Amino acid sequence: MTAPALRLQDIVKTFPGVRALDGVSFEVLPGEVHALLGENGAGKSTLMKVLGGIYQPDEGQIFIEEGPARMASPLDAKSKGVVFIHQELSLADELSVAENIYLGELPKRSFGRVDWATLYRKSAAILDRLNCGFTPQTRVGSLSIANKQMVEIARALTVEAKAVIFDEPTASLTDAEKVVLFDIINGLRDQGVGIVYISHRMDEIFTISDRISVLRDGAYRGSLITADTNEDEVTRLMIGRSLDLSHNLDPVEVGEVVLEAQGLSCGSLFQDVSFRVHSGEVVGFYGLVGAGRTEIAETLFGLRTASAGSIRILGEEVRINSPMDAITHGISLVPEDRKEQGLVLGMSCRDNMTLPQVGALTRGPFVDGSKEMAIFDTYHDKLEIKTPSWKQQAGNLSGGNQQKIVIGKWLSMQPKLLIVDEPTRGIDVGSKSEIHNLIRDLASQGYAVIVISSEMPEVLRVSDRVIAMFHGRIMREFTAQEVTEDSLVQAISGISPEKVA
Amino acid sequence: MNTEKFRSFMARGAIWGFIVLELVFFSIAGEFLSLSDKAFMDWDNMLLLFKQSAPIGIIALGMTIIMINGNIDLSVGATFALCAIVMLDSMTWPIFAGLGDWVIPVAWLLALMTGMFLGLINGLIVWKTGVDAFIVTLGSMLGFRGLVFMYNGENPTSHLNWTLVDMIEVDLLGVEVPTIIFVICAVLIWLLMTRTVHGRNAYAVGDNREAAVNAGIRVGPHMVWNFVLIGFLAALSSVVFYSASGSVNPNDGTLYELWVITAVVLGGTKLTGGSGSVISTFGGVIAIQLLRKGLGHIGADTAMVNLVIGLILIAVLFLDQQLNRKGKEALKV
Repeated sequence: MTAPALRLQDIVKTFPGVRALDGVSFEVLPGEVHALLGENGAGKSTLMKVLGGIYQPDEGQIFIEEGPARMASPLDAKSKGVVFIHQELSLADELSVAENIYLGELPKRSFGRVDWATLYRKSAAILDRLNCGFTPQTRVGSLSIANKQMVEIARALTVEAKAVIFDEPTASLTDAEKVVLFDIINGLRDQGVGIVYISHRMDEIFTISDRISVLRDGAYRGSLITADTNEDEVTRLMIGRSLDLSHNLDPVEVGEVVLEAQGLSCGSLFQDVSFRVHSGEVVGFYGLVGAGRTEIAETLFGLRTASAGSIRILGEEVRINSPMDAITHGISLVPEDRKEQGLVLGMSCRDNMTLPQVGALTRGPFVDGSKEMAIFDTYHDKLEIKTPSWKQQAGNLSGGNQQKIVIGKWLSMQPKLLIVDEPTRGIDVGSKSEIHNLIRDLASQGYAVIVISSEMPEVLRVSDRVIAMFHGRIMREFTAQEVTEDSLVQAISGISPEKVA
Repeated sequence: MNTEKFRSFMARGAIWGFIVLELVFFSIAGEFLSLSDKAFMDWDNMLLLFKQSAPIGIIALGMTIIMINGNIDLSVGATFALCAIVMLDSMTWPIFAGLGDWVIPVAWLLALMTGMFLGLINGLIVWKTGVDAFIVTLGSMLGFRGLVFMYNGENPTSHLNWTLVDMIEVDLLGVEVPTIIFVICAVLIWLLMTRTVHGRNAYAVGDNREAAVNAGIRVGPHMVWNFVLIGFLAALSSVVFYSASGSVNPNDGTLYELWVITAVVLGGTKLTGGSGSVISTFGGVIAIQLLRKGLGHIGADTAMVNLVIGLILIAVLFLDQQLNRKGKEALKV
C-alpha cells in the first residue's frame, strides 16, 4: 500500500467553550479524490485551517508522505506541498494570468527587474498541464469565472503539490464549467496528486470522489467508498438522522391566479416571457446561470424596468418601477445573495425583520419597539429561528437562520407573491430540508411562491410546476408529475425546441 | 468579563475613558507645567470648553449621520464660511433697512436656508449622478470656497450688530447660547438616529445599501435629506459663531471638515458606514477640544497640538482595529 500523501492523526483543537475538533483523523492517498463532508459548524473549516497552518492543533500530528510536519503558516504549508483552492477567488484582475500565477514570487533578474521570459515559460507549462485555453499574457479580468478558477488552480501548482484541497470550488460555476473543473481534478489525480474535495453538493461528490469522509460536531464519523454507498447513507452519517429527499409529486389544489406575466421582456436579458402563478402553488424556475431567471425576479420586484409586456396581480394590470411599488402590490423577493442583498448584517435580527415596514410601526415620531417585538416574536416562533436574542446581529447567525430572517421579513408584510431566489445557497444539508419544508408550508397556506434555483434536486423537490429557461426564453413548462431530470436538462440546454405555452 | 463583552464595552466606552484620562493627565501635568495658577478642571474653564467645541461639534453631529450612511461631506467648512457671509452681509442690505432689529431672524433664516440649499445641491448630485460623495463634496468644497472669495475678494465681511451679540452671549446659569444649541442639537439628532425610522434607515443604507434598496427604502432621497441636514447644521454652527464675532474672513472654516471628521472618527464611527453613534461623536468633539485646551494649558503651541492630535487619532484607530479583529484568523493584509 502506498503511503498517504497527507495524513492527520487525532487532531484536537479547542476554542474557549468549544471543542471544535475532537480527535479527527483523516488521510488522502496519492491519486485519490477524497471528499470531506459535514454540515456548517461540523469542523471542516477548522480542520482545513489546521492543515493550512492558520491554526496550530492542540493535540495530534500531521504527516506528509509519512514524515511528521508542522505547518507554521499558510506559506509554510504551501512550501510543503499542501495547497488550497478556495471558494472565493483572490486574483488581481488587472494583471496578466502569468503575473497572477507567480504573484509574490515573480522570477527576477538583476536590479529587481521581472524575468518575463521565464515567467511566461513557466506559466505556460502549468497552463498546459491544466489544458487551459488561454495564454499566460491574458488579462485575468477578461476571463470567465471558471477560467479564473483555473488560474487559481494554476497558482497552486507552482510548487510540487502533494495534496490539493478544493474548498467548495463549484459555488460560482455553471454546470458546463463544472465539467471542465472535474476534468482538471481528474487530471491531477492521474498525475498522482492527493485531492481533498470539500462540498455541500451531494451530486458532485458522487461524480468526482473515490472516498467520502464525514465530520459531524467536530468528530470523525466514518469513511465510505463512494462506489459502495448512496446519498441516503452519506446524509444519515452527516446529520445523524435520515432525510426526506423524495419529490413532491401529489398534485395540489391551487387557488386564483395571483401573478400573470404576459410577453414580459427586458432588453437582451429575457424576451417574451409569459407565465402564471396561482395561490397555493410553488413554481420553480430552472436554467443555467445567465438564462434570465434572476432577471425576471428582479423585474417583477421593480429592480429592473421591463422593456415590454405586462404584469397582472390578481387580474389587475400593475406598473412596477421600484421595489416600493412591488411591495405595495404584495410582491416580495428573497434575493439570491442574502448577505449582499438580503440582510443588513450589522443590524439586529429584529430590526432586519421589520426593515421594509418600520415606517408604519411608529408612535408619534418614534419607532415603536413593542410593535416591532410583536412581529419578531410571531415569525421567530413560526419559522423556528434559532437565535439567542432579538438583539443578535444578523451577521452572526448561521446561513439557514439568516435565510429564515429574510423570509420572515417578507412574510410579515403579508405578501401575495413570494419570490425566493436560490433559497438554500450556502446552507447546510440539515437546514436545507427545513427551508424546503417551509416553502411547501407557505404554499399550502395559500401563498403564491416562485422558487428560482440552480440545483435540480431542489427545484424538483419543492415545485408544483417547473419552468425551464434557456437564453432568456421559456423553453418548456412541466408539472411536477411529468417532469424528469432528463427532460429538464434537455430543456435548459436548449435541446428541446418545442415551446409549450 | 468575557472578551466579547469587553470588546463591546471598549468600543462604546473608549472615548469616555479617553476623556477621563485627558482630564486626569492635564490636571496633574498642569500642576507642574502650567504658567497660570488656575486648576485645569475649573468650572469656568469647562464651560468655555463646551462653548468652544460648539462650532465643530454641531457640524460633527451631521457628519455622523452622513458617515453612518457611508458618505462623507468635505464641503462643510466652505458652507460654514458662505453662510456666515450671507448672514452678516444680509443685515446691511437696503431692502431690510426698515426692519430694525427684526433683520436678525431674517438674516439667520437666510443663512440657514443657504446651508440647506448647498446641502441639497450636494445630495442631488450624489443621488442623480451616482458619483462618490467624496468626489462630489471635494468639488463642492472648492466651488463653495470659490463663491466665498468671489463675494468680497480677500477682504473680511463684517457687520457687528450689538443686539445680536447680546442675544448670543445670554447665559443660563453660566451656560452660554452656543453650548445650549450644541447640546439640544446633540439630543435631537441622537433621538433621530436611535428612535426614528429615518435613523434606522440611515444605518441600513450604510451597512448594506443593496439590502436597503431591496427592503423598499428609497436610498437616493434618504441621502439627500442627510445632506440637507448637514448643510443646515453647518449653517447653524456658522450662525452661532458669527453672531458673536461679527466678522468673517474668506479663509474661515478651512480645514473644519477635517476637524469634524477627526472628531467623528475618534468617536468610533466607521468610514465605511453602517455603524457609529451620535453620543460617541459628542465625546469625540469634547476629547479633541480637551486636548487642544489641555496642551495649551501646559504650554504647548498650536503646531504641537496638531501633531499630538494626529498621532492620537492614528493610535486610537490602531487600537480599535486590534480590539475588533476577530482572533488571529483575520487576514494579514
